[in-house]
Amino acid sequence: MSEASPASGAPDPAKAAAQATEAILRDTRDGAHRGVVVDSPPGAGKSTLVVRAARELAAAGEQLMIVAQTNAQVDDLVDRLATADPELPIGRLHGSDSPPDPALERHASVTRSTKVAELREHRVVIATAAKWGYVKGVEPWRHAIVDEAYQMRSDALLRVAGLFERALFVGDPGQLDPFSVVGAEQWAGLSYDPSASAVVTLLAHNPGLPQHRLPVSWRLPASAAPLISDAFYPYTPFRSGTGHGERALTFGVASDGSGPDRVLDEAAASGWGLLELPARHTPRTDPEAVAAVAQVVRRLLDRGGVTVSERSEQPVPLTADRVAVGTAHRDQAAAVRAALAGLGVTGVAVDTANRLQGREFDVTVVLHPLSGRPDATAFHLETGRLCVLASRHRHACVVVCRAGVADLLDEHPSMEPVRLGVTVKFPDGWEANHAVLARLSEHRVRWRP
Amino acid sequence: MPLMETLAKAQAVAAGRAQPLATVRHRWLSDRPLVFVPLTTAGEVGAPLGALVGTERDAPHLLVVPQPRDRDLRSAFLAALADEMLPYLTSYEDRTVLEPGRETDPETGKKVSVERELCEDAPQLIVPNPAGVEYVRLLGRATRFRRTAEEDPADPYPAPSQVPLLGRWLTHYGERARTPGSALLLAMTELLSLHWATGQSGLEDQHLGALLAWLDPPQGVDGAQAALRAQVGRGADGLLCCPPAGPATDPVFDNTALAPAIDRYDAARSAGADTGPAEREIRALLTSQLRPTWDDVWRGIDLLRALPPGGHVEDRWKRDRWSYTGHRDRLRAGEPPQPRVDDAVTAAQKLSGRETAQARLDAQEALDDPLVMAGRRLAGEAFAGEVTAVEMAYSDGKVPRPRPLLTVATDDEPHLDEGGTVYRALPDGRTQEARFTGWTAPGVLRVQLLNGMGRGKVPDEGSVPEVGDRLCWTLFEHAPRGGPELPDADATPWTHGGPPSSAPGAATHDPVTSEDYL
Repeated sequence: MSEASPASGAPDPAKAAAQATEAILRDTRDGAHRGVVVDSPPGAGKSTLVVRAARELAAAGEQLMIVAQTNAQVDDLVDRLATADPELPIGRLHGSDSPPDPALERHASVTRSTKVAELREHRVVIATAAKWGYVKGVEPWRHAIVDEAYQMRSDALLRVAGLFERALFVGDPGQLDPFSVVGAEQWAGLSYDPSASAVVTLLAHNPGLPQHRLPVSWRLPASAAPLISDAFYPYTPFRSGTGHGERALTFGVASDGSGPDRVLDEAAASGWGLLELPARHTPRTDPEAVAAVAQVVRRLLDRGGVTVSERSEQPVPLTADRVAVGTAHRDQAAAVRAALAGLGVTGVAVDTANRLQGREFDVTVVLHPLSGRPDATAFHLETGRLCVLASRHRHACVVVCRAGVADLLDEHPSMEPVRLGVTVKFPDGWEANHAVLARLSEHRVRWRP
Repeated sequence: MPLMETLAKAQAVAAGRAQPLATVRHRWLSDRPLVFVPLTTAGEVGAPLGALVGTERDAPHLLVVPQPRDRDLRSAFLAALADEMLPYLTSYEDRTVLEPGRETDPETGKKVSVERELCEDAPQLIVPNPAGVEYVRLLGRATRFRRTAEEDPADPYPAPSQVPLLGRWLTHYGERARTPGSALLLAMTELLSLHWATGQSGLEDQHLGALLAWLDPPQGVDGAQAALRAQVGRGADGLLCCPPAGPATDPVFDNTALAPAIDRYDAARSAGADTGPAEREIRALLTSQLRPTWDDVWRGIDLLRALPPGGHVEDRWKRDRWSYTGHRDRLRAGEPPQPRVDDAVTAAQKLSGRETAQARLDAQEALDDPLVMAGRRLAGEAFAGEVTAVEMAYSDGKVPRPRPLLTVATDDEPHLDEGGTVYRALPDGRTQEARFTGWTAPGVLRVQLLNGMGRGKVPDEGSVPEVGDRLCWTLFEHAPRGGPELPDADATPWTHGGPPSSAPGAATHDPVTSEDYL
């Protein structure tokens, strides 16, 4: 992965990122195509790009609509946009039973309404794809920005695409794919398969659209970017914005020699740590693994962690709000929350991969999706799930896992049927899981609780 | 696999008998279903070999293709199948009731009240297993585009009249079967495993004989042994005691019994002799393979009829009746056969409808059945508990409304988010919403009722629980709504290829292709 390493003589990351952004904005403003697609790896400044593009379009006298996928994403975007440009009149369109975050009230430039007619004259109107789907009978916008477009389903785009003439589609192809709770096999291979991602459908029907990518992850440290890039973005590599040694995590309290402390030291030194428990088949909420996760978090906070990064001159104490625990299932998250409460830990975000998408922390502790399982299903093998869990951190990531996952993977090769006309996604989850495991095993700490 | 199901399977292994997964029946069963047990020919994809079909359990009609490689005979089989099925499928068309509804007046754009015809009941098709459902779809696909001699006198191989119509009905039934909770076309193995857990794998559960062996083993025999015998037991002639429920046949049967009989038929035919004896032999052979499955399907129906129907089953059947009525209307309006491939808007509409149906089905099954609800409680999606305190509170605003605060003690561990909504079924069938306001102690939580208490300042009688009531709240909605409407197909946007009618080569309807000749 030498091409992603800043040491290889590639241009300065900031310069590379700025060039990419300029090219995207040029195509969006003046390009001849109706759509522009931007692939963004984790932490590559996607939100910053959306805010920048919105401001430039507004400054050029255009009105635009922005489509995001969840209310939290919409609120976050409104907040960023209003902070960046307090003069810009923003309309926040929302559903009657999902009022926006009250925190937005501090922005005088933001108008909230459930009716699009009251907002149509605002420079920028923002809502979720679900809410936009209900908008009918308005003059179409000339421009739109579709955020998290890879997480949007094709049928959601079908509902809203009549509202705009041209659009900038921004998203991360490596994250969790949209899914459907009912079978959609009968449409597999159709260019407009309603359960596919919006970008897949868009590109199938408009193959000539310009596609850009953001080349630098500002979130992932130099220790993580090559692994994530290799394992999940093999054909669209990216690199970290910071070099080795520019970030550091240190502890004020020395290790007590226990498994959790040793894995924390390993993660602080190398960016990765694997706490391996003895092999065993367990229920999903494996009590030992859950307790180990909680122990690691408890020690992480107790040991007076301090982070050094490009963000501040002074070392910053590592606090609970900068730590997250990621799991595959909701019941696992609930079990970890209960275990943390039992150890008196509060303020740490504990959630599933789906809900951690788009968020950023200093240190993450991950319960491996395949830990203790007797089988590897498509759900647990999904590339995006592991990618989300392994790419939320700025400093270090500790994975807690039962031994034997590599053997489990070998016993469960991908068995998804191959369907005609479906674009094969690379890498598949099986391969990505192996790549990550191989790397993690270099930072393994074996522990018997 | 949900934990409750795993537990039931473990218990089934221990007990040597299937264990219930439901206390009520979750699918509609018609008083007079049409059972269809098809068989196909090995080595000829989709080629029919024979079938038992009928509504009378003691008098099934046997249809046989004595030489499955002869397309004329296959064609005759389809014609005979149409003669068996269509009278049943169409016999429900004319018994209708009027249903009040609302629709948009095209002139004024206002919603007006109308009355629409709804068929009083609908025909129900039951096949042995999911492969049977697939075969119904395949038959529909293979016959609905065919042209009859009346439609196209120049066609060298016209389809027997009625066959394209059968194809359209089978296509409709096959497509409707993809809607969760629908009952127009049911697979018996799926129905049974919805209601009982066996001690074998899901794959083995698709063997109707083995499934019934767990459900209803012979006196003194363990379910596992009985199932094993059903799967692999062979008689002195080397044939399976319990033939597979189709459509594929047992290869040993094909090689040792069927092939020689077909050879004798061919020999008689080429010699110009009477094919009657050979044909009768093939009929007897197929009966020996089909009849056990036929009887098994009816045994399954008996077992299911012994369960009382769930409270929402009739509501879902009404949607099936609408589906049947809608297809009847499309046929009467002379619309072309269902297209081979859905357009973008239709595909999205179907997916959205099925997702809503799935959510509604999940909620209704839980509300109808405490055993299913127990599974949802175990998964943290619902909780039951005792009301330990009721504190009256009121909403802010000009006219304060009652918003009582309830304290509930529960042993369940629901995955509640602060401020999340929970739902409770009121005795009159309405749903009351409440907001979760937090845990006050381990196992004790508080909810605030939000609605369902009438219009006055004082809550309606019985709408607010009292101390000591044992109640069940769910974290999922009871009657989830569908998403926003989709655009018309003519307004398909550029992202999805534009309107289908503008595409080059867009025909009024799909032509017949070589795939249409089974």
